[in-house]
Amino acid sequence: MIRLLLGLFEMNKNALAATVPVAATDVAVSWDNLYWFLVYISLFFFVGIILAMIIFAVKYRKDVHKKPKYIHGHTGLEIVWTVIPTFLVLWIFWWGWVVYKDMIHAPADAMEVHVVGKQWLWQFVYKNGTSSIGDLYVPVNKPVKLIMSSEDVIHSMFIPNFRVKQDVVPGMYTSVWFETKIPGIHQIFCTEYCGTSHSGMLGRVIALTPDQWRDWVSGKKIDVDSLPADPTYPGFRSNHLGEGMPASQGTLTTGLSLAEKGKALTQSKGCVACHSVDGSRLVGPSYKGIFGEDVKLEGGKVVKVDENYIRRSIENPQAEIVEGYPPSMPVYKGLVTEEEIIAITEYIKSLK
Amino acid sequence: MSHAAAPAVQHGDNYINHTPGIKSWLGTLDHKRIGMMYLFTIMIFFLLGGIFALGIRLELFSPGLQYMTQDTYNRFFTYHGAIMVFMVIIPLIPAAIGNFVLPMMLGAKDVAFPRWNLFSYYIYICGALLASSTLFLKGVDTGWTFYTPYSIRSSSSATYVLLGAFIMGFSSILTGLNFIVTIHKLRAPGLHWDRLPLFVWALYATSVIQVLATPVLAITLLLLVLERTLGIGIFDPKLGGDPVLFQHFFWFYSHPAVYIMVLPGMGVISEIIPVFSRKPIFGYKAIAAATFGIALVSFIVWGHHLFVSGQSEFANMVFSLITMFVAIPTGVKVFGWVATMYKGSLRFNTPLLYVFGFLFVFTIGGLTGVFLATIAIDVHLTDTYFVIAHFHYVMVGGTIMAFLGGLHYWFPKFSGKMYHETPAKIGAFFVMVGFNVTFFPQFIVGVLGMPRRYADYLPQFTVYNRISTIGSWILAVGFIVTAWNLWRSLKNGEKAGDNPWGGLTLEWQTASPPPFENFLYDPVVTEGPYEYRGDKVYLGKNA
Repeated sequence: MIRLLLGLFEMNKNALAATVPVAATDVAVSWDNLYWFLVYISLFFFVGIILAMIIFAVKYRKDVHKKPKYIHGHTGLEIVWTVIPTFLVLWIFWWGWVVYKDMIHAPADAMEVHVVGKQWLWQFVYKNGTSSIGDLYVPVNKPVKLIMSSEDVIHSMFIPNFRVKQDVVPGMYTSVWFETKIPGIHQIFCTEYCGTSHSGMLGRVIALTPDQWRDWVSGKKIDVDSLPADPTYPGFRSNHLGEGMPASQGTLTTGLSLAEKGKALTQSKGCVACHSVDGSRLVGPSYKGIFGEDVKLEGGKVVKVDENYIRRSIENPQAEIVEGYPPSMPVYKGLVTEEEIIAITEYIKSLK
Repeated sequence: MSHAAAPAVQHGDNYINHTPGIKSWLGTLDHKRIGMMYLFTIMIFFLLGGIFALGIRLELFSPGLQYMTQDTYNRFFTYHGAIMVFMVIIPLIPAAIGNFVLPMMLGAKDVAFPRWNLFSYYIYICGALLASSTLFLKGVDTGWTFYTPYSIRSSSSATYVLLGAFIMGFSSILTGLNFIVTIHKLRAPGLHWDRLPLFVWALYATSVIQVLATPVLAITLLLLVLERTLGIGIFDPKLGGDPVLFQHFFWFYSHPAVYIMVLPGMGVISEIIPVFSRKPIFGYKAIAAATFGIALVSFIVWGHHLFVSGQSEFANMVFSLITMFVAIPTGVKVFGWVATMYKGSLRFNTPLLYVFGFLFVFTIGGLTGVFLATIAIDVHLTDTYFVIAHFHYVMVGGTIMAFLGGLHYWFPKFSGKMYHETPAKIGAFFVMVGFNVTFFPQFIVGVLGMPRRYADYLPQFTVYNRISTIGSWILAVGFIVTAWNLWRSLKNGEKAGDNPWGGLTLEWQTASPPPFENFLYDPVVTEGPYEYRGDKVYLGKNA
């Protein structure tokens, strides 16, 4: 009997587990813990409320309970059902906040990959200058941070197995990070409606074992079809759905790393005429060592030099002038592409 | 409520036959006629929005594209959302039932500004027709949320829908203002604030939101129209605008609007339960205060729609925390409703069945709201089918069930006829089963990762979508049975009598259907709205 009950419980546990995606990261595991806590506490309240309703409906139906009792309320009870839920939701809020902080703060040593969302595909740009469409190649057991922007409308990067999602907004950078423990394919969905082929805008995280990763970095082609399928959606192995733009599987290597491309761009676009790369003062602030620092602007405001600040300073330089420098830089909005801004940013980052 | 109100039975004359002819209806200033005109108009749009919903579900029966192109599908969900939100659920209970019942509950002859009332109806018609006219143009494919910059670039007829929603907003504002003044100025002698029926409190709170929040939507939609036509560069990042700013503006209205949609439904539930339990409502003051608590909090939680939009971490924390507090007054109401049934004397007429349905479904809707308020959980669930299921449990399960309960409850007052009880119960059963079969699987497929607004999906999601689509057919049967039954009852229903349920609020103390100016004698109120004393027998041959 007990064995039977245990067996049923096990079956149930498996059936329940099949209602959430496979947890491929530590964050996903803590997400699951909180999620199941919410499911059980909700069940408790739901069953309590509905059971009370059913019992009252049966017990106090007109036929058996002709004389209703003249009651207006009960202050004690009302205080109880106000105060207990208050503490409960505060606790839930706190738990959610703690998990969320782990979810959004990437470890400092995370490998950075740039992402550009376009109607209707994902483009991934790596530090070494490689870029791939539809498939994001990452090593397992290493934190990866995606720095994302959009070329047209808002998209959203959603990887169910990692429990992360972040809108990809034109004109600014947003980021997500993850550290997957399961090699193979993990599905990516676009979850912000972006027009005609929104439902076709899928992608895949291709999580590689250390050996495979070395191969891929050295330029060898990875046979994606031989990798394990997404454990949540076994049987589906594609990075797009239906019609729409077919996504290229392979990787394109140009020979130059992102920072090298950026260096070339700063020369061809004339940036280095006013911005030194060795710390010396020219017309504008030097690039050297500036990334990650706080700078004081005209007007006293202090901003941190991050991807978003560099982007704004290229596209609309007059808005945030560093204190003590003339507002003489022209507006580059529309004159540089998403990929070029990414490359220039990586170049500035590399000038430590 | 009052036993001093003299029953008004002047034989034969009522608001329906008071003046004959279609013209006398179209130009009427009578709040009851305007309420009925709203009701019929909204039901037409409900049918239209429902057809789009069935189309969506049909396409999703199988993965791949069967009946529509992606662009057609995108138009279907946009129209379904826009019609159901702007033309159906927002005006549904306040403008249709509220218009009819509110002045009568107050013992008034009409609303404070009858001409505004009629004007607001025609504004609504103009806006709704303008928005619907796009069906014959290029259609709209932006989603009812009109997120920029997609809505700026969309080559569809979005401009007309935006203008239509802009115009309908004025109808909402005028109705809200009218109700507030009516509640303040036209209460019967003795109808003190602590004797107001809870439906009146609910409409009051709703009206406050309508008046304060709708202008924000109006200006937002107008800015978007200007952005589309003149390229003013406020939301378009290409012109230096901020697309996320639109989301802040939009939800600053549209989150309170969620409570415009659900508070009146809660008010209906608060009316039905005491009458069919023959007991005073449990915790009158707590429920009235909770109504205003929800209305107040509704203004400062909009950011929970933007947890993954790129909003700052700190803002996310604050919005998550405040959103949690919505659960408290909501819980107070639900517990109070259930406790009202304790030691009552329950009559299982159709309105009470809808209350049971409401409590079942709304509790799920409310509890899953806590999931979405929890930041980390929301990150995974937002923009998936979990959210779709959640807000349908609140909007359809909550508002539409409450509306149907209220429609059956007040049907004898509206028409003077009693609806046929058995088919009404069958309809309610199908609505309840169909609703849950449609929307419950969407929670699971959402957690599994199926994004919303997808014309096509992974084969792994098929079984959940199939169940959901079959549910939509059951739900449709429920609505059809209900509509057919009410229509038939209008023609051949039994005479209802003035007060078939034994209700104590003032609208039941006059004839059914009510005479032209509601009461033949000015009613006087001597006690609270739900003073059922156990030892007394109350009128009400049907309950």
